[in-house]
Amino acid sequence: MIRHDYSRVEPKRRAYIDPKKKQFAKVEFQQQEYKHRLNYYVLPPTAEITLEEFETWAINRLKVLSELEACSFRNRSPEETAEYMKSILDKYLPLRSNSSRSRDLQEERRKDHYSHFILRLAFSSTEDLRRRFSRLETMLFRLRFKEDDLRERQDFVSSLNLEWEEVGDDEKRELKEALAAVSGLKKGEEQGWFKVDFERVPELVEQRKVVLKRGKAYVPQREQMSLVVAEFTKRLDDALELTARALPRLDEDDRLAPILAHLSQSFMAPDAAYSSSDANIDGLSTITAPAIDNLSQHFPLCMQNLHQTLRRDSHLKHFGRLQYTLFLKGIGLSLEECIVFWRRSFKLIQDDKFNKEYRYNIRHSYGDVGGDANRRGRGYTPYSCQKLLTEPLPGPGQAHGCPYRTFEPDNLIAMLQRTGVSDRDLLKGVREDVGKQRYHVACNRVFEHSHKKEMKKVKDDGTWSAADLDTIVHPNTYFKRSWLLKHLGEGNAGVVNGDKMEE
Amino acid sequence: MPLSMSRSPGATPVDDSSRTISQVSTLKSEPDTQSQDLSMADAPASSDEEAAKTKVNLEDLFDDEDSDNEFPSSAPQIKSEEASQPIPLKITSKSAYSDPEIMRAFYQRLFPFRHLFQWLNHSPTPSNDFAHREFAFTLPNDAYLRYQSFPTADLLRKQCIAQLPSRFEIGPVYSTNPRDRKTLRKASAFRPLSKELVFDIDMTDYDDIRTCCTGASICEKCWSFITMAIKVIDVALRDDLGFKHILWVYSGRRGAHAWVCDKRARELDDSRRRSIAGYLELLKGGDQGGKRVNVRRPLHPHLDRSLDILKEHFQTTILREQDPWAEDAKAAHLLNLLPDKTLRDALQKKWDSAPERPSAAKWADIDAVAKSGSLSKSSRDLLEAKQDIVLEYTYPRLDAEVSKKLNHLLKSPFVVHPGTGRVCVPIDTRRVEEFDPLGVPTVTQLLQEIDEWRGEEGEKKVPDWDKTSLKPYVDFFRGFVASLLRDEKGAVKREREDGDAMEF
Ligand SMILES: [Zn+2]
Repeated sequence: MIRHDYSRVEPKRRAYIDPKKKQFAKVEFQQQEYKHRLNYYVLPPTAEITLEEFETWAINRLKVLSELEACSFRNRSPEETAEYMKSILDKYLPLRSNSSRSRDLQEERRKDHYSHFILRLAFSSTEDLRRRFSRLETMLFRLRFKEDDLRERQDFVSSLNLEWEEVGDDEKRELKEALAAVSGLKKGEEQGWFKVDFERVPELVEQRKVVLKRGKAYVPQREQMSLVVAEFTKRLDDALELTARALPRLDEDDRLAPILAHLSQSFMAPDAAYSSSDANIDGLSTITAPAIDNLSQHFPLCMQNLHQTLRRDSHLKHFGRLQYTLFLKGIGLSLEECIVFWRRSFKLIQDDKFNKEYRYNIRHSYGDVGGDANRRGRGYTPYSCQKLLTEPLPGPGQAHGCPYRTFEPDNLIAMLQRTGVSDRDLLKGVREDVGKQRYHVACNRVFEHSHKKEMKKVKDDGTWSAADLDTIVHPNTYFKRSWLLKHLGEGNAGVVNGDKMEE
Repeated sequence: MPLSMSRSPGATPVDDSSRTISQVSTLKSEPDTQSQDLSMADAPASSDEEAAKTKVNLEDLFDDEDSDNEFPSSAPQIKSEEASQPIPLKITSKSAYSDPEIMRAFYQRLFPFRHLFQWLNHSPTPSNDFAHREFAFTLPNDAYLRYQSFPTADLLRKQCIAQLPSRFEIGPVYSTNPRDRKTLRKASAFRPLSKELVFDIDMTDYDDIRTCCTGASICEKCWSFITMAIKVIDVALRDDLGFKHILWVYSGRRGAHAWVCDKRARELDDSRRRSIAGYLELLKGGDQGGKRVNVRRPLHPHLDRSLDILKEHFQTTILREQDPWAEDAKAAHLLNLLPDKTLRDALQKKWDSAPERPSAAKWADIDAVAKSGSLSKSSRDLLEAKQDIVLEYTYPRLDAEVSKKLNHLLKSPFVVHPGTGRVCVPIDTRRVEEFDPLGVPTVTQLLQEIDEWRGEEGEKKVPDWDKTSLKPYVDFFRGFVASLLRDEKGAVKREREDGDAMEF
């Protein structure tokens, strides 16, 4: 299906999938035969599938992974998880053993194989998604490994040709006591041991289920599953890393990109949406306190509202202050400048009151003071839309939250008009969205309207990928994207999404 | 890595900030040099050419400096501009540690930049291991500057002298120069590659069992907690994980850091770091009471060995010095940890009649009362419960989060602790028992020692730290670095990732 061949240069030939045309040589086109139920997903699929299969299969697998994740959030034991997942797997991603002699064996395995690779593409774009995907795929693999037919499982393991050094008798004698302590076996019982670099079995190391000796982990035979699973994870992680680097080329297929973007979007966790690279904006010079007034034209409505309230009252209440401070931190305002900003904004307050009551909170938000955990985490993460949309509603005199949700529709429309949004159709759309409680849709609608020209340009000249123009789910993304779009051609390359680099 | 490699340290422009600016503007059109083969292939042909042009330009700019490849960077010798030294500094032990003049003199005369450079650079010739390393400065006004980086030790030194950070931290080596991170087109091109595996032991985590001091203060007695922890962790890192180059550093007030510098340790990813932290971590739960040690039997070899090391300390440090169960309320916690109700009741009765009975006596009571018949469970159960108690009171309490992340920053060795004025000196594990945190020199003391030094200056200039009680620590560090560099030289250069045809 989707091949990446780095020696190729012609853009049109890359990342191309078409159910009707046969553009690949026959050799590459053969159906793979699946001897084993389990799959390490080493070889990418090569045969064609329809766009419909592409999407359905991916959604089915996504359903399975989401349910698995829910199990781990609810702290279900492995047994409970297996029990709970049984019907879900049967429905969405059945995978029977050879002994079942089912006629659909190959078809099931093909779907498993393809759907895995499709999601790999969808979830390789950010570090967070990669980590999550890898964790859930590992859970799925382990689940299946455990319930696999013993003989078939052994065949599968031998087919992997994993290089595990067996521990010889001399060494076993030498380490007798240590090995016995770990294996938990009584005297006289024998079992085989493998020896591998400790890096290959992180889980077993973490749980002290191996003996460590000068960097080697001695693994009892019965922990083979851990080894197989760890190897699975390792290969998947490596592959995801490669996929991530290859990803930009995929955007060229305009039919796949939206599907992939949609898949990863629906997988997004509430706060995973903020990436600290949002603070790194090409071409935007260091932000100072006086610059905020001018920059606020690029703020989403929630932050504009806070800014206007602050200017009107020379004050903001606690939650508003927190929400705004974190946002400002997120756009790259330094702690010093942030303190200056608030000091100047709170015109009616004396210095010592400010220092006593407000300064500390600002520093705390930046992780400059507070407990070790706070300092290490560099304070709090700027709030995502999800967070703003699920917080308690503001009380009298408070201005925090998302105005699309907290304002009466009439007041919302008036507010939008004040910020220069006057298109009647647009406002009508906003009203409908808000009526259906689709607040972020309304916000994105406003964004798209006020950046229509620029978005068309970057789409047309291909400087921004589809992922760069994804639905906005974070106020800081809103700002960054708005700023970049309004400063096109000023030397900024325009990267919107990026990996999370710091914690 | 054509860019930074070809920059020779000797010819670096004076002003570091000008360097950054000029690079930013030149580099703009060429993203990520590292994964060049990949990103090049992505780009449409025209920008391919452009990038190639840029590259040529860059090479032109810097290549000619290659000849001057001597290594002058971090030499402690005082450069001409500072040679007109001692305007004798009036330093008394009363001077404030954070006094700008004090900090300036410290960075100018005492901080071993050259050794620090070699330590992080893993070779005498400047490389990306140093140049792409993140430093984070805490300035006197408490501003926190991340993503600082320096091609040479000299430039690090210059910025320290110019900005007088109250401390600085060391982060990972990145795939590109941290200062250039904003100019990269793809954010993923800027990612952490390697960093020492680090550990942080802090007395805060012992507050629930420490009776001699509270808060920030420490004494000889409670420092034993740190000593025990160092012993247990150090041997595990060496014997179990096979690491050799482990630097322990006093954190300046009430804790210690470990830097595991072996190449293999530096290249661990987060999941491996997490697994090691988990292997070494034992105590679960906060200090809301309840049993915090729950381990399988037989004990894992690492725990068995740790218990052996800790048993002795338990007798002295815990029972005698900390005396944690003297108060009745605290004795109740001890009782909670015993699995046998009959035994608990018998002990409670005994202790009720002898208030404030010392911990050592109470501990001995357990076996005595059990022997006299008040034990309904097996003696093995009791033995294991007692082992768990020993572990709960002595086993290292790591701040594990620090160890789990490749990109976590940790305070540099040899900086001054702003609260105590003490220098964060290395701890020699061969004589870990002798280490006295309260005897560690303070910055003011050291500067005074320089002034008071009356030795002969021969032909070779005596480095300032040799005139002070910092000398043994710098010597130790130099030895540590030399041994690391010896091993590093043997190590094979990591292969460049191959960017050839690959699928998916
Ligand atoms: Zn003490």
